[in-house]
Amino acid sequence: MQDRIKYWKGIEELDNTPEFEKNAHNEFPEFLPVNEAEGGEANGKTRRRDFLKLLGFSMAAVSLASCEAPVRKAIPYLNKPVDVEPGVANWYASTYYQNGDYNSILVKTREGRPIKVEPNPSSSLTPMGTSPRAQGSLLGLYDNNRLRFPLIKGKEAKWEEVDKQIKSRLASVSGKVAFVSSTIISPSTQKLINEFGARFSNFEHVTYDANSASGLLQANGGVIPGYDFSKANAIVSINADFLGTWLAPVPFAKQYIKNRKVDADSPSMSRHYQFETIYSLTGANADVRVPIKPSEEAALVSALYKAITGQGTATGAMADSKVLAAAVKDLQANRGRALVVSGSNDPGVQAMVTAINAALGAEGNTIDAAPMYVKQGNDADMIRLINEMNAGSVGAVFFYNANPAYNHPLAAKVVSGLKKVGLTVSFADRVEETAANVEFVTPDNHYLESWNDFEPKKGFLSLAQPAISPIFTTRQMQDSLLVWNGSNSDFYEYMRNNWRSVAGGGDFNKFWEKAVHDGVLENGATLLTAKSMAPASTSVKTIKPSAIEAVIYEKVSIGTGDLTGNPWLQELPDPISKATWGNYVAMPRRMAEEMSVVQGDVLKVTLANGQSIELPALVQPGQANGTVAIAMGYGRNLESMPVAQGLGANAYPIATVIDNSVLYTGPVTLEKTNSTSPIAQTQTHHTIMDRLVVQESTLAKYKENPKDVTEYIRVATHEGPAKPATISLWDDYEYKNHHWGMVIDLNSCIGCGACTMSCNVENNIPVVGKAEVLNRREMHWMRIDRYYSAVEHEEKDYATMEDPAENPSVIFQPMLCQHCNHAPCETVCPVAATMHSSEGINQMAYNRCVGTRYCANNCPYKVRRFNWFSYANNDKFGFNEAMNSDLGKMVLNPDVTVRGRGVMEKCSFCVQRVQLGKLEAKRENRRPKDGEIVTACAQSCPTEAIVFGDMKDPESRISKTLARQNGERAFHVLEELNTQPNVTYLTKIRNLA
Amino acid sequence: MQHVSPIREPLVTGGKTYHDITEDVCRQVEAKPNARWAIAFGVSLIGLAIFFYSVYRTLWFGIGEWGLNKTVGWAWDITNFVWWVGIGHAGTLISAVLLLFRQKWRSSINRAAEAMTIFAVICAAMFPVLHMGRPWLAYWVLPLPNTFGSLWVNFNSPLLWDVFAISTYFSVSLVFWYIGLIPDFATIRDRATGPIAKRAYAILSMNWTGSAKSWSRYETVSLILAGVATPLVLSVHTIVSMDFATSVIPGWHTTIFPPYFVAGAIFSGFAMVLTLMIITRKTFKLEDYITLEHVESMNKVIIVTGSVVGIAYTTEFFIAWYSGVEYEAYAFINRAFGPYWWAYWSMMTCNVITPQLFWFRKIRRSLTATFIISIFVNIGMWFERFVIIVTSLHRDYLPSSWAMFSPTMIDVGVYVGTFGLFFTLFFLFVKFFPVVNMAEVKAILKSSSEVPQGHHNHANSMHGTTSESTIKTHHNE
Repeated sequence: MQDRIKYWKGIEELDNTPEFEKNAHNEFPEFLPVNEAEGGEANGKTRRRDFLKLLGFSMAAVSLASCEAPVRKAIPYLNKPVDVEPGVANWYASTYYQNGDYNSILVKTREGRPIKVEPNPSSSLTPMGTSPRAQGSLLGLYDNNRLRFPLIKGKEAKWEEVDKQIKSRLASVSGKVAFVSSTIISPSTQKLINEFGARFSNFEHVTYDANSASGLLQANGGVIPGYDFSKANAIVSINADFLGTWLAPVPFAKQYIKNRKVDADSPSMSRHYQFETIYSLTGANADVRVPIKPSEEAALVSALYKAITGQGTATGAMADSKVLAAAVKDLQANRGRALVVSGSNDPGVQAMVTAINAALGAEGNTIDAAPMYVKQGNDADMIRLINEMNAGSVGAVFFYNANPAYNHPLAAKVVSGLKKVGLTVSFADRVEETAANVEFVTPDNHYLESWNDFEPKKGFLSLAQPAISPIFTTRQMQDSLLVWNGSNSDFYEYMRNNWRSVAGGGDFNKFWEKAVHDGVLENGATLLTAKSMAPASTSVKTIKPSAIEAVIYEKVSIGTGDLTGNPWLQELPDPISKATWGNYVAMPRRMAEEMSVVQGDVLKVTLANGQSIELPALVQPGQANGTVAIAMGYGRNLESMPVAQGLGANAYPIATVIDNSVLYTGPVTLEKTNSTSPIAQTQTHHTIMDRLVVQESTLAKYKENPKDVTEYIRVATHEGPAKPATISLWDDYEYKNHHWGMVIDLNSCIGCGACTMSCNVENNIPVVGKAEVLNRREMHWMRIDRYYSAVEHEEKDYATMEDPAENPSVIFQPMLCQHCNHAPCETVCPVAATMHSSEGINQMAYNRCVGTRYCANNCPYKVRRFNWFSYANNDKFGFNEAMNSDLGKMVLNPDVTVRGRGVMEKCSFCVQRVQLGKLEAKRENRRPKDGEIVTACAQSCPTEAIVFGDMKDPESRISKTLARQNGERAFHVLEELNTQPNVTYLTKIRNLA
Repeated sequence: MQHVSPIREPLVTGGKTYHDITEDVCRQVEAKPNARWAIAFGVSLIGLAIFFYSVYRTLWFGIGEWGLNKTVGWAWDITNFVWWVGIGHAGTLISAVLLLFRQKWRSSINRAAEAMTIFAVICAAMFPVLHMGRPWLAYWVLPLPNTFGSLWVNFNSPLLWDVFAISTYFSVSLVFWYIGLIPDFATIRDRATGPIAKRAYAILSMNWTGSAKSWSRYETVSLILAGVATPLVLSVHTIVSMDFATSVIPGWHTTIFPPYFVAGAIFSGFAMVLTLMIITRKTFKLEDYITLEHVESMNKVIIVTGSVVGIAYTTEFFIAWYSGVEYEAYAFINRAFGPYWWAYWSMMTCNVITPQLFWFRKIRRSLTATFIISIFVNIGMWFERFVIIVTSLHRDYLPSSWAMFSPTMIDVGVYVGTFGLFFTLFFLFVKFFPVVNMAEVKAILKSSSEVPQGHHNHANSMHGTTSESTIKTHHNE
């Protein structure tokens, strides 16, 4: 017998060189000439193997040249950059940190441009998901309104000129040199600033935060206690929105939810009491929520302090509160497993909270030994500096990530003070309020263009590495400082050297490479030292009760105002009010009725100092009576933030300064004006109308019988009640290979909106603007439905059902295409543009869609979105930067089509990711591994509420979850319609007292 | 060979002769346009201009120019579509069904009714095309052979059935109408003086000779087309109703829809015919051909169909309650008492209450009352579709998605514009085409004409002995 004939792929295989062996199984064998540098070994001659290629190229070139619209700006890779394979994404570990919002991230880049931010699983602080802000921060990189060059007195300048002038001015500076920044958790930056300051006889690094935690820091010696919500069985939070905006919400959400996930095997979860003024995201997740006025906060904490520690005095209504008594009982029953947090900025209140936690044995249990550094601002320092500036004793001031001319309650004094300072420099990335009042603006890089390091919590280091070289001629702040310091090294070298101290023994290069690759170093090594603060006494600053107490708060999506110019985040609805694009006066219904105000009526809000702002009213159930709430970050009429122009009003002046502490509350008077201004909400009906679309039960019931917590609809047949799916006119699909599905645990969903934002970024979803949101035409594929509970009612009374209770409980339901197996949309499309895949995905063929919208009408879940206009390349939608400017378009995901006008679109289960995962598995000749293919929403969820996977694989997490939860918590929305969704929800369980 | 009750009111009054009929009908075509016509036509042209402007805005900028949203994907567009299709029902019913049932009173009104049908269907057909996100690809809904591989239309979709139903209905109605026009065109041709008119009507009349053979074929074709068209009267609106009935939306998913829609269509169609007839007979002095008898007969149809829709509305409510389906029950409660209550009660008042006035003979025979009520019915039927489409969609299953719909100026413009289109076509029709079917009226003149005092003998001598064939040649004079 003759041996099997073997054909060689080429001469290389015959030679069987080690080089060939190495590359033979790669997708892109490096030896193929396709990757060769121009004029490499071929010496410019055309090789035999290139003949067909060149022939094809010339054909293509000739035919392309004949086309009417040549591609003008595509630049081919003549020399392929190292590590860039067209069509293959590269991932870089990095870190997003802004105003406490810390996320260790992976940056996805395609052809050299960052296009997506994902959580870094190597991080133990934020391994699961990101905040919505971190997702949205990506667009800031491609923001056309960033400064493209440094400014001297508002005029464009060269860096050399700026450096020369600043250096000479610094050499002759007289008076104090101040470096004003928001919290810096970068150890190397901190060190560098200290070195920079050492040159001057009188230097101060003033840290202040727009939403300050100064009181908390003072009560804890300058650091934030290492809260660990995962260990707490009883949580009492007073005005601390720790899941949404307080300190570091993403790590907190991860901890919090760990003790909120329930299972029939371990039916236990924490009990969470929330006392708060606004209806916060955290309040929406609490088991017991009590609205309180800001002026009642101190009394409440005192009462708690008295009850737990036996010290102090407790008087007033708060002390007799039944809910407080229940909370105290729960806290005391869970000694060592209890945690009390407060969002107050009053050092006295925080000192009491610290004492309460100490008395509850939190230390070492629910508060671990490693403190957190995410907020370090000191209100007193900043106020002192402002006074010094006005007194003329400051010679130079630098602003880094700090915009006190806007976000400080004494903003006017900042502006007047700046005029008396000799040298004023801002590192702002755009001309904002402070930068407009300084002499030099030396724009900092975007964080995705920068090297940096972070230490959000003692012993948890992380790195940021540039994912793209600076787009504009900007320079990282640290590099500027090095230049002005006369140093020759750059910040990368500086930081690298700084890290030598934590490298331990061994090869530093290897250590460094690993650290950069992983993005985190969590071996306990620490680099940052926080400024210590004098401990605070428990005497509280009295907030006098007033008729209407106003509070200002951070919106989950916008924060303190740095992201106001970001259209993606502007259109992300507030988790509770579902309002987009702008701020408003959130007022309780009772107050609205008394003032006969309806939603959208413009109110004149007059502050204590006589200043007034005008904002529309939003009726917010659950808002404490006698209070109103206004979000920070708006009222910015800046040319550098065109999308935010004319949106809302600045609420910072409401904050009051008492004894060098900034309290985010103040008395106001309200007056109804004659004008109205509609509020663009993505949801305008707020109650569930007693429908079974979302289900909840209590822990007590769940413990009793886990099969009793979910109501299943049964259809009456002659053989008795039957599951709707068993009665069907249609044949079922047969899934031979995969059957993709999703499980959403309503107990884990905190409603933050990270999934919505992540989906928007991944799937190139357009921003439609305030007017179109008002027209109810937002394009979000993934939305979070928020339902308020209605007042108790026995009979079916629709008027009562429509009315949210005065202090309603909230349930969130992430809603996306349910990928029905019997999809109502699929049957009605006249052109079969939407159909079912062989893997259970309900697909949209955009090219085929003629836009009858019949599918959207017939979708019981109303998840289909229609392109009413052309949102790309349309001046009318210029604020949709990602599709309307050459730079903005860089952010688009090249794997997903930008839909044209007149086409229907909806969730695709991230089919591009499914396909990629399958291809990679196929290339490696294996089945896709569970968890390898994951949708954007699931990947970005900070609480792992969403599980995506193959329901055909019995070992997958989703199959196991479904098997375990079947008949217990798993339910389909609108099961009676027999749409047989591939998305399953798990009933929410509340731990009611 | 038919017995006509002697006490029945005559269908043609005023003792008209064959020649009178020819003169009365052809006068409109041959005379110079009168001022009233010119003004009416001018107003229609303004409406048409509004139509073109609104369509331009819709096509150039997108459907976003309308008031639709993520929850309410159809509103005025499909409301107008169904409304116009409904109006287009009476023509075929009068021409075909009444022909088969030998209802002679149809003769003087069938021409205009059919024309109205065709124009109404043209107006209706605008909406399925305009409401598409990408109307330039509208031909994709046709099962055309293509080079795209296995791309084919989805035969499960009621919208596709609509395409077939409407196009069939339109073509059959058009052919039926045109065939009926041929002998009358020949009459006009023979009387025409101008060379252009002569040539034009010659082409339109397809060289009609009036021979017995022609007449025989004409009758046969009319009968066959009537046979073909009759099922269409039922099918078109049945299929239109299936757009809703086969969906899962509460308020749409209702088995009562096909008969209810057909009744509603006839109801609105007759109302529209009445509206137009009352105007036309007045303007063109056709009182002797379109008599009170006609009006009364049509009003009777309106009572019947109006009561049918009334029962349908009640039945829907009963079933919504009886089914125990939460969503269905809410959909109907919401119709009557929700934010769109005014639309529902407008519909109920106009469609159920006002037509009941026709039980009174006096009202039934009053032109003014009939005209007003016919307008009411038209408004009511528009609201019926609006109620079905918008109030069902705006609050369906998930309360999170509930939304309100409010029309934009462009929505209004397209709707008002279709009136412009309709009346432009209608006024062109009344000017250039014979509005009354002369041939058929002449055919019933003998049996159903009013014989005025003193004209007895004359009429008898002139027509009583005339054979069928001479009558036919008569209108070539």
